[in-house]
Amino acid sequence: MNRIAVTSEGPSLDDQIDPRFGRAAGFVVVDLASMDTDYIDNGQSQVMAQGAGIQAAELVTRAGVSCLLTGYVGPKAFQALSAAGIKVGQNLEGLTVRQAVERFKSGQVEMAQAANRTGR
Amino acid sequence: MIVAVASGKGGTGKTTVAASLATVWDGPVLGVDLDVEEPNLHLFLQPVITGSEMAHMMVPAVEEAKCTYCGACSELCQFKAISVFNQVILTFPEMCHGCGGCMAICPEKAISSGQRELGEISWGRAGDVGFLAGKLRIGEAMSPPLMRLVKIRLDVMLAAEGGDAIIDAPPGVSCPAVNAVLDSDVILLVTEPTPFGVYDFILAWEAFAPLGKPMGAVINRAGLGNDAIYRFCREKGLPILAEIPYDRAIAEAYARGRVIADLSAELKETFISLRDRIRDLTKPSQPQKAAHA
Repeated sequence: MNRIAVTSEGPSLDDQIDPRFGRAAGFVVVDLASMDTDYIDNGQSQVMAQGAGIQAAELVTRAGVSCLLTGYVGPKAFQALSAAGIKVGQNLEGLTVRQAVERFKSGQVEMAQAANRTGR
Repeated sequence: MIVAVASGKGGTGKTTVAASLATVWDGPVLGVDLDVEEPNLHLFLQPVITGSEMAHMMVPAVEEAKCTYCGACSELCQFKAISVFNQVILTFPEMCHGCGGCMAICPEKAISSGQRELGEISWGRAGDVGFLAGKLRIGEAMSPPLMRLVKIRLDVMLAAEGGDAIIDAPPGVSCPAVNAVLDSDVILLVTEPTPFGVYDFILAWEAFAPLGKPMGAVINRAGLGNDAIYRFCREKGLPILAEIPYDRAIAEAYARGRVIADLSAELKETFISLRDRIRDLTKPSQPQKAAHA
């Protein structure tokens, strides 16, 4: 079963991608075969003074996904996701979750080699 | 006795007051620069530095062979300085606040104490005045951990040599400023009678008043601005312990790094009187309001 996580402003496939990873509203976890979804709320990371990206990485790691689709990822979060063996597709802001997943399935999302945001 | 020279607004004259006060102090005294982000007391006291050391904070160092990836440390850490991802444990030393919780909770005893450099502590002497200062490493995000280490050394120096200490505190009302005044016996709030000075003075008063320590105001650049600061102090029963006039000669001396108490007999008298009024403030028999009368 291949599952991927997408940062999202809401719980459904038709919600907009939340461009932020660490402080995203939540993650839509999509089963690529069935297109079934689960939603993980990320409110607990949004309110953190620091370490939101690391905690968000813990959450998606626990969800057992192989890949994350999002807008921007900072350096600590990227390091954490890499450690967890989760590939990252970034710069996908402006799409809905469904559009991003379709793009990923058609092989048009390149996997990132590095963070695309600088840390604080 | 430890006197903390603080302010809400920066640039009101904390260092000017601290340096002059140390110079006119009667008896052994230490000038302590706790404004570790931008220390400058040494520019005025010009001490001969006799010793220094690098200061470090304890951060987690994981012996991965012992780690079972149970995640207890990760769950405990509120700052995400240590985190477990499947079969990998990561540490982010720059996020660590040094509580030691991860080391205590690890069931495998796999976490030992590593170090993060905080900055440098130096000490010395400027004539009769002892000197102690902290200087934060560039890039270090937290100043209270270094400030705490400077204060530990201060306690050691006071225990060995006796005497009093005058602390040059960082401006503002957040953790570093509160940390600098926390262990003092008296708080001096230095301000200027401008709207900016008054606004930040009130913030500082609100932040420090709950500490319940004797507190007094020093008004620098007196003659400038308006009388709002005088009205506020009167309303709150906060004694104005000294006024330093708004005077070009003082600004020039300051700009040359001089201690302004040395500038004239009048200014020297201002600081001697300030010193005596600070002593009066800390006398237990004398309530705060009596010192104001």
